[in-house]
Amino acid sequence: MTALGKLFRTTAFKLAVVYSIVFAAAASIVVFNVGRQVRIVLEDQIAETLDADIRGLADQYSQGGVQQLVQSIERRIRQPGGDIYLLTSFAGDPIVGNIATLPKGVLEQTSLIETIYQRPGESKATHHALARVFTLSGNYRLLVGHDVEELENLRRILRHALASSLGWLVLIGAVGGLLVARRVLMRVDAMSASATAIMGGDLAERLPVGGSGDELDRLAENLNAMLTRIETLLKGMKEVSDNIAHDLRTPLTRLRNNADAAMRELDPQAQKLSLGKVIEDADELIKIFDALLMIARAESGSGPKMELVDVTQTAADVAELYEAAAEERGVAFGSDIEQGLMVRGSRELIAQALSNLLDNGLKYGVPPAPGASASLRLSARRQGSMALIAVEDRGPGVPPEDRDRVLERFVRLEASRTLPGSGLGLSLVAAIARLHGGALKLEDNAPGLCAIVELPIASGPPQLAAPPRLEQLNVARAH
Amino acid sequence: MLSGLPFSMRRRYMSDMRLLVIEDDSDGAAYLVKAFREQGHVADHAADGIEGYARASEGDYDVLIVDRMLPKLDGLSLISSLRAQKIETPALILSALGQVDDRVKGLRAGGDDYLPKPYAFSELLARVEVLARRKGGANAQETHYHVADLELDRLSHKVSRAGKDIPLQPREFRLLEYLMRHAGQVVTRTMLLENVWDYHFDPQTNVIDVHISRLRGKIDKGHAVQLLHTIRGAGYMIRDGAR
Repeated sequence: MTALGKLFRTTAFKLAVVYSIVFAAAASIVVFNVGRQVRIVLEDQIAETLDADIRGLADQYSQGGVQQLVQSIERRIRQPGGDIYLLTSFAGDPIVGNIATLPKGVLEQTSLIETIYQRPGESKATHHALARVFTLSGNYRLLVGHDVEELENLRRILRHALASSLGWLVLIGAVGGLLVARRVLMRVDAMSASATAIMGGDLAERLPVGGSGDELDRLAENLNAMLTRIETLLKGMKEVSDNIAHDLRTPLTRLRNNADAAMRELDPQAQKLSLGKVIEDADELIKIFDALLMIARAESGSGPKMELVDVTQTAADVAELYEAAAEERGVAFGSDIEQGLMVRGSRELIAQALSNLLDNGLKYGVPPAPGASASLRLSARRQGSMALIAVEDRGPGVPPEDRDRVLERFVRLEASRTLPGSGLGLSLVAAIARLHGGALKLEDNAPGLCAIVELPIASGPPQLAAPPRLEQLNVARAH
Repeated sequence: MLSGLPFSMRRRYMSDMRLLVIEDDSDGAAYLVKAFREQGHVADHAADGIEGYARASEGDYDVLIVDRMLPKLDGLSLISSLRAQKIETPALILSALGQVDDRVKGLRAGGDDYLPKPYAFSELLARVEVLARRKGGANAQETHYHVADLELDRLSHKVSRAGKDIPLQPREFRLLEYLMRHAGQVVTRTMLLENVWDYHFDPQTNVIDVHISRLRGKIDKGHAVQLLHTIRGAGYMIRDGAR
């Protein structure tokens, strides 16, 4: 496409053309109306003059008869100007006047009329006049008129002015439109060039902002803000994938070494043992992948279907699931769960989050001091519009400076590195909390760790929850 | 692990299963067919959805093992089509999609069980055996279970061993109920977590083992014959060890 062709296609140019047409139409209407008004005023004036003239001549007739009337008319004819007169007898024969010919029937009209006439001595030229006919006693008819050549001239002048100014109007509109279009086009071209550079991979590039604060500037500013957000997200993603690459390398290397060892093992029994380790390593990797995938899904917001979840029931279920395991480990387990906590979300994911926190509590919540008794507590309560589900232990806790860091993927504190784990448990809990519009908070339990999952309480009535399954009813009957 | 089973049960449910593996990954399919045959089962293989549908509607199979993503006809459509033809052969869906919503979709399409990839073969085998037994006129409708002198009444919620009542917590009752419904069959930890607790995640703590050992304390303690057995590397089984 040529540069000119591009110009003709711009919105600004098209608008300029449309506006030129609209302006021209408006100007035409204005000029037409002015002409009409001027004409009406002039015609009124002429009509008044004619009436006065007729009244004067009628006075002459009643004072001095036809003779004085004829003298008056002849006197007036001699005066320069555009007035025309004609006096006819009862038979219709002209007695005196400065009109050579008139169209037929004009003398029978009684109101103000516009007519053509010819002057004496002019055989061809016709003139326009406004005239009025008055019948005197004795059936004399008197026509008094005024030539309207000036009126015609005025009309011509207005038409001419309109024609010439319309040309200018369209020309100025078109040129102005082109100039505006070119200016806008240049800025859009600059933005387009920046966008191409960004698509080419230069994410630091930004769209040019003119500084005038107009619509294009606002658009460019908004697009730039969007680009900054995308750049941040991409940086975050790159960091995560770098971390993943680094942290998966360790278990993958272990898997490879174990497979290698199994291959070189000669004793069948020992070989079987080594292969068992390989399977364990593979399972561990699968778990890491599953956890990563779940975190990614929860963070992208494409989680499972949200429904009304009875948090009271879920927390009690999970507490029951873990109680025996805690007691077996010599950990005193307690729970304090408020009734009627409803949350919109996924029962499975909330249970998984609580399960992760309890796993952590059992694994890391052992008091460092020998002889101190371990305890684990699961509580759920309402605070304002939030449901707070807390898991408290009496272990070494997490130092305040590390509390944000341990929520990141693969972060494990020095003290816990010797224990099995992937460093993804808390990340998943945090992601699940965020998916539900809540948060995971780590606090000091003095001593120990208090992990609190905050979830917004569902506003709907709890009756909306799915009816309990038949099996649950059976159990309830057993109480 | 099969040696101690009652003869009739082993014959019908443990060594006689006719299975159809519908899976496009030839390595994965070969591994499954070989593993099932080693267990004494008859296993056929179909490599795409259309072939799988044709074989499943003709052959008399006990269980279909259906991969979810198949060429020509996907696994869920295949199962829905079979169900529309009133072919009710139990189907287990294997899928790389392991999220809860995917599972719900699979079961809604007419699948009877759902196992995310990757899985341990022992897990798959245990689930397939449960499905095969369901096909062979399952005792899900029964109101009374008994294994040796252990009895469970589903209506009165009473459990007794050798005529002596054993008080159980509601959850323990459901755990025992599930184990006894599948007496003589291996029940894995994930099957218990799914069916007794209705959770599909994998706790890092051995919570199920602890619940089992408590239950064992209540039903086996003080009795010469142990009924609740741990199957190493697989799960648990209730069976009459005396026979």
